[in-house]
Amino acid sequence: MSATTTSTTTTRPAGSLARTRALTRMELTLLGRNRTTLFNAIALAPLMALVLMQLIGDRTEGAGAGVFGGTLLTALISFGLLFVAYYNLTTTAVARREELTLKRLTSGTSSRAEVLAAMSMPALLIVLAQAVLGLAAVAGGIEVPPLTNPVLVVLALGFGFVMFAGLAYASSGLTKTVEAAQLTTLPVLMVTMLFSGLTVPFSVLPEPAQVLAQLTPLAPVVTLLNLGLTGITPDGAQVTFAGSLAEALVPLVVLLGWTALGVLATRRWMRWEPRR
Amino acid sequence: MDSTIITIDGLRRRYRPSTPGATAFEAVRGVDLHIRRGELFALLGTNGAGKTSLMEVVEGIAPATEGQVRVLGHDPYRSRAKVRPHIGIMLQEAGFPTDLRVAEMARTWAATLPAALPAEHVLGAVGLDHRAGVAVKSLSGGERRRLDLALAIMGRPQVLFLDEPTTGLDPESRRDAWDLVRSLLADGVTVVLTTHYLEEAEDLADRIAIMHGGVVVAEGTPAEIGAGAPATISFTLAARRPLPPLHGTDSSGDSARGIRHLIRTQRLEADLRILLDWAQAQDVTLDGLDARAASLEQAFLTIAAGGRPSHDLSEVPA
Repeated sequence: MSATTTSTTTTRPAGSLARTRALTRMELTLLGRNRTTLFNAIALAPLMALVLMQLIGDRTEGAGAGVFGGTLLTALISFGLLFVAYYNLTTTAVARREELTLKRLTSGTSSRAEVLAAMSMPALLIVLAQAVLGLAAVAGGIEVPPLTNPVLVVLALGFGFVMFAGLAYASSGLTKTVEAAQLTTLPVLMVTMLFSGLTVPFSVLPEPAQVLAQLTPLAPVVTLLNLGLTGITPDGAQVTFAGSLAEALVPLVVLLGWTALGVLATRRWMRWEPRR
Repeated sequence: MDSTIITIDGLRRRYRPSTPGATAFEAVRGVDLHIRRGELFALLGTNGAGKTSLMEVVEGIAPATEGQVRVLGHDPYRSRAKVRPHIGIMLQEAGFPTDLRVAEMARTWAATLPAALPAEHVLGAVGLDHRAGVAVKSLSGGERRRLDLALAIMGRPQVLFLDEPTTGLDPESRRDAWDLVRSLLADGVTVVLTTHYLEEAEDLADRIAIMHGGVVVAEGTPAEIGAGAPATISFTLAARRPLPPLHGTDSSGDSARGIRHLIRTQRLEADLRILLDWAQAQDVTLDGLDARAASLEQAFLTIAAGGRPSHDLSEVPA
């Protein structure tokens, strides 16, 4: 072991990116070895979209096949964010903390931000892949959606991902074991699914509940995705690109608010070591 | 070269109370240490003495509550990015993703370092090369500890922190780990080590600090610290009888085979001669006679078994 000369001070430049890439590769390897997590990540969102197909078909009747396909895509991406970026990431963060991997990483050169980014990267890749494959499937099997405002789709996906990752890391801090995550993630899962406008249309809710529902985390994501993909507002009106901008303002503000809360919640509740 | 590489001044570390209203626990209560480039500095102490709490602050994992720490001229917590690439840390307890294989873990770690040794090379150095393809969860406790060590030295650190590196290792692996540490020292690496094994400190350390109750109660070379402790003579007499006048102090108690005496003395040779002459003249047998020179172990046990409450010890000068 005399080769461990320490006089070398040569340091490779690309720091942050190289570290995040290395840790991302590790996370991808681990995802590939955990069948439960892998199944949840890949299959749950498409399954949910299929389950809702009939409902979405009824609701978009008369609006055309493109709108039907686009709404289906909204469901796919939304459930992807919920199951992969929120639920799966919560369990992953708990697992890494309990096996003391997070503690080890804090002893290395990687910053906490890099560790968090790397841990969430497989989820992002999966959600993106599902969105692209979903779009291809809808375009091929049904009809190309109107794609009224693609920018809104990107914003909804991007901020929606950061928001749910933030909520996931915060939830992990309140979760003792990987198994317990099934319980601790329920409040967010239930509230977001019920009040997103995806499963239960806002219009069937009483007036005050409608406003509250649109303030839940997933609701602005669904609204923005739907506007961007199909040009359909939560009230069922069809708008053009220009109209979509006005309609997008409020949900964008709500989404940005939740994204900020997600980041703050991570700082407040995320834990890097098991509780003693 | 006697340049200081780590400076610790008036360091205190308090933990936030776990429940509101509870008083904050102060694990480190004012520590000053200067660690020189290229030396092996060992931190000894009983469980709960504050060793790991101190180490975590010096490593830059936790902030100091009060006082100042400089590693390679920087604050290790605030200037983490400047310090980390040049230090290696082996935590007392850290884990691995259990589904990962040994070589994958090593390669991942290497890729996060600015100037890493080849993963295979380091695994070989800790004797894990034949386990490279094994899942981390299949490793024994000792093998995991060796993987810990491998990751800590992988970045060619200038300063290596080892928090109880050989706990859980079998004697042979422990010797191998010592050899590895010695070769690093020969290469000029500065090593800060905590350990439960006094022989480890006595063997490897240039200087030692003994912590108790959050403060350093003794500091110096192993010989210096040992010299401060009394030598001991112990033996058993069949019946209670007055001993001749001695330089040291005698404490005695009943044992299964008679009265067990323990004499602590600064003048081992003189007291031993008095006792032996006395025993011959009185025709008594000193059963189980045992005489020990002052040693690091004695010094440590004296401090550890002091039973003095920690707030008293904080008055003791380092």
